[in-house]
This record gives sequence, C-alpha cells and structure tokens, in this order.
Amino acid sequence: MSATTATRVLFDEPGPRGRRVILLSSLAVLLVTVGLVVLAVRQFAINGQLEPQMWDFFLYPAIILFLGQGLAGTFLTTLTAAVIAFPFGLLLALGRLAPNGFVSRVSTGWIEFFRSIPMLLVVYFFLLALPRFGVVLPVFWMLTVSMILVSSASTAEVFRAGIKAVEKGQWEAAASLGMADSLALRLVILPQAFRIVLPNLLTGLVSLLKDSTLGFVVSYSELMQQGKSLSSYYGYLIQTYLVIAVIYVVINWALTRLAHYLQARGSTKAAASKVAAQKLATAQMAE
Amino acid sequence: MDQILANEYGTILSGVGITLALTVFGFLGALLLGTVVAICRVSPITPLRAVGTAYVEFFRNIPLLSLLILIVFGLPKIGILFSLFWSGVIGLVLSGAAFVCETVRSGINTVSIGQSEASRALGMTFVQQLRLIILPQAFRTMVQPLVNVFIGVLIGSSLCAAVGVAELTNMAQQLNIQYAEAVFLFMLSGGIYLVLALGAGSVGGWVERKVGRSRTVAKGATR
Repeated sequence: MSATTATRVLFDEPGPRGRRVILLSSLAVLLVTVGLVVLAVRQFAINGQLEPQMWDFFLYPAIILFLGQGLAGTFLTTLTAAVIAFPFGLLLALGRLAPNGFVSRVSTGWIEFFRSIPMLLVVYFFLLALPRFGVVLPVFWMLTVSMILVSSASTAEVFRAGIKAVEKGQWEAAASLGMADSLALRLVILPQAFRIVLPNLLTGLVSLLKDSTLGFVVSYSELMQQGKSLSSYYGYLIQTYLVIAVIYVVINWALTRLAHYLQARGSTKAAASKVAAQKLATAQMAE
Repeated sequence: MDQILANEYGTILSGVGITLALTVFGFLGALLLGTVVAICRVSPITPLRAVGTAYVEFFRNIPLLSLLILIVFGLPKIGILFSLFWSGVIGLVLSGAAFVCETVRSGINTVSIGQSEASRALGMTFVQQLRLIILPQAFRTMVQPLVNVFIGVLIGSSLCAAVGVAELTNMAQQLNIQYAEAVFLFMLSGGIYLVLALGAGSVGGWVERKVGRSRTVAKGATR
C-alpha cells in the first residue's frame, strides 16, 4: 500500500462564497466529531466502564511489567520470523524468476499457496494436526514458523517486484562488462533492488507484527495473549484490549512512518529512475 | 475421510457459505466506506481530511484480531451488542475500508491532473468532478489492488473463527475435534481458500481486461 504521494489538489483556491461554505462545513464536521466522541464516552460512563480504578490499573508497575513482557514476546517472535522469512522470501523470488522451469514452478506454487491461505489455518495445522504424528513444537515455534511460512510468500513478491523494478539497462550494462547473469544479479541488480524494496520490507514487518497476535490462539505469551490473561483475571476487558490496540497502532504507525520517510528519501535520489518509481508504485498497489 | 465428506458435507458447505458471506459483505462494505473516506481525504474541508487520515492510520495499523476481539467482547461491555456474524462483518469492513481508501487515493493520483483542471474549467463541482471524470478513470488502475483487498478480506475472515463465528476455519477445527482427521480437514479447507482466492484473482483479471478494452474503444472513438 502506498500512501506517500501527497494527494494533489482537486479544487481551486476558493472564492468568498466557497470559503464560507468550507468554513461552515468544517464547523459541522468538528461538531459531529466532538458529538461522536462525547456519545462514545457517555456510553462508557453509563455502563460503568469509566471508573477511575479501571484505568489507573494500567499505571501499576506490575501491570506495566506484565504487558512489557508481552511486548518483548511480540518483538522476539516478530524479529525471529523476519530474520528467517526475509532471506527465505528473497530465495523464493529468485526461484520464481529462475530460468529453470522446475525451480520456478515450485517457487511459484509455494508463493501462491501461502499467499492464499489464512495464517490461522497454518497455526491450527501446527497446533492440532502435527501433534497427531508426534511432532509437538514449542508454542513459540508454532507461532513463529506459521509467521515465517506466510510472510515468506508475501516477501517473495516484494523482492520480485523490486528486482523487476531495476532497469533493464542495468542487466545489459553488466552483460556488456562481461558479467555472467549470477554475478550481475549479485553485484548490480540486488543492491539496487534492496534499496527499492526497503520501505516495503518495513510494511512486511508491520504485517508480521499483526500476525504475531495469533499467539492468542497458541497461548504464546505475546502482547495479545498477556491481554487475554489480564482481562480474564481482573475483568477489565474493554479497557485492557483498548490499551493493547493502542500499543499496536502506535508501534505499527511508527514503522509505517519510517517506511514513508525512506520511500520519500529514496525517490528523491536520482538512482531510482522515473520508470523504476512507477513500476514500484504499481507493485506497491498490487501488494 | 469419505465418511466425513458423506456425513458432514452440509456442515462444510455452511462453513464455506459463511466465509463467502463474511467476505462479500465485508468487501462491499469496505468498498463503500473506503471510497467515502478517500473522498474525505481529497476534499477541501480540512477537518474532514484530518478525520479521514486518522481513520486510515488507526484501522490500517490495528491488528484485525485485536479489532475483532474489541467488537465481539468489548462492545457488549458498553451496551453495544451485535450478533457474532455481524460483528465479524463490521470488523472486516472497518479494517478493509482503510486499505480500500489508500487504493482509491493512489488510483486518483494516477489520473492526470489536467483531467481535474479541465473538469473544473467546465464548471463542475467537486463531487461531479470525482464522480464523472476522476473516479471512472481511476478505477482502471484500481482493479488489481482491489482484488488484493478482496483476498485480504477473505483471509481475514478466517480470524472470525478465533472469536467463534462458525465459518470455514472454525468448521475445520470443530470437525477435527469430532473426527480427529486434522490433516485431511485442514488440507480441505486450505484448498477451498486457495480456490476462492485464485477464483477472485481470475475474476479480477477478467474485469481488468474488460476495462482495458473499453479504454481502447474509447480511444478509437475520440479519433
């Protein structure tokens, strides 16, 4: 998903009447927004969900520590999955682009399969099916391996788009210098492709972080699972899940911002030609 | 295995049906809401743009499971109760709309700025301009990304299983408890998801070709 491109202006500088209309509509929008917020808070209040102890609760050091442990688990599983899934994805992308028909078909099949099936199903496979054959993974790996399988497919597509976004002339120039395809790939194409896909890899990291919430299903103590324990013990259900949702949104938002920043910086560099930028935009939309 | 298929085809079909219903309602709702949010984000009204941005940033970054749990278990605590199925649909719509919005916005950005200037020169209002000139052209570049959103909603609908909606993934898990044929059941439901996703992909390809053809016809017409 690309969101960097500043939306162009689809309206003219307004005249006196237009300014009045805009001012009035702005006020109306503000009123409606404030109204909705008031309504939501009132809904909390009349159902007794606004009691101070229900919210102060999240300032207790023990509770912060408990959620912090969950966050550490989330980061551990996300980073482990990323460290394995990203190189694996690159391999799959190279496999899909390989001239060898068999390698290409197997990679394509793998990618299409894991892109089209829900991760929950993969998790259930490790949680419920494998134990029948006496293979019981620790919960950390049940979650992480599922994340790796699913992420490897989407990362492969990111890398493939990146490799294809490198200009054809780069291949030709490398060939004219006498480089074999494999050498050209390693020295010329991949370094440029990496720069192009870096923002998209961050987006992939956001997806992994979201996927890690399935720890809730296998009872691996990541943030979501800690929330489950906390709310079933103390019962502040909506408060706990709201706090956790906000934590996720803030982390993912920061990562997305970073991706946009890198993308904006990358596109100002002359190296990324207009063609490459366009191709990448298409690839991002396709993502 | 045959026995499961013979005894439980009704259960399996209802699981597939619920998955399809979740996906279709979720996608159509997301299409509608996402387009509205996208229009908010390109409108001349600053607070409306801010609301649109806040919406997208929140719902794009919240994990779907977290959103579904808030809707299914959280909202009843403040006196708002939906049935399980509609809770699932609402979650899918809310999160899908954020992605539709970004798709529509990128699509709008691919239409040349001259189109917008020309329609303004003809005296069109903001809404006329979008409806008659910009969005129809933007739609062409949006087909493939929208198919991806559709597949995202399809895959996301499986998370409704974790909050208890009896859709395909949930059905596989339930039948597994009964028959203990995990490998067969998960392969079967995985295969069904695969077929649905590939089907959606080929429908998307068909629409794209169709739309592409209409463009070449239009080009010929102007000559």
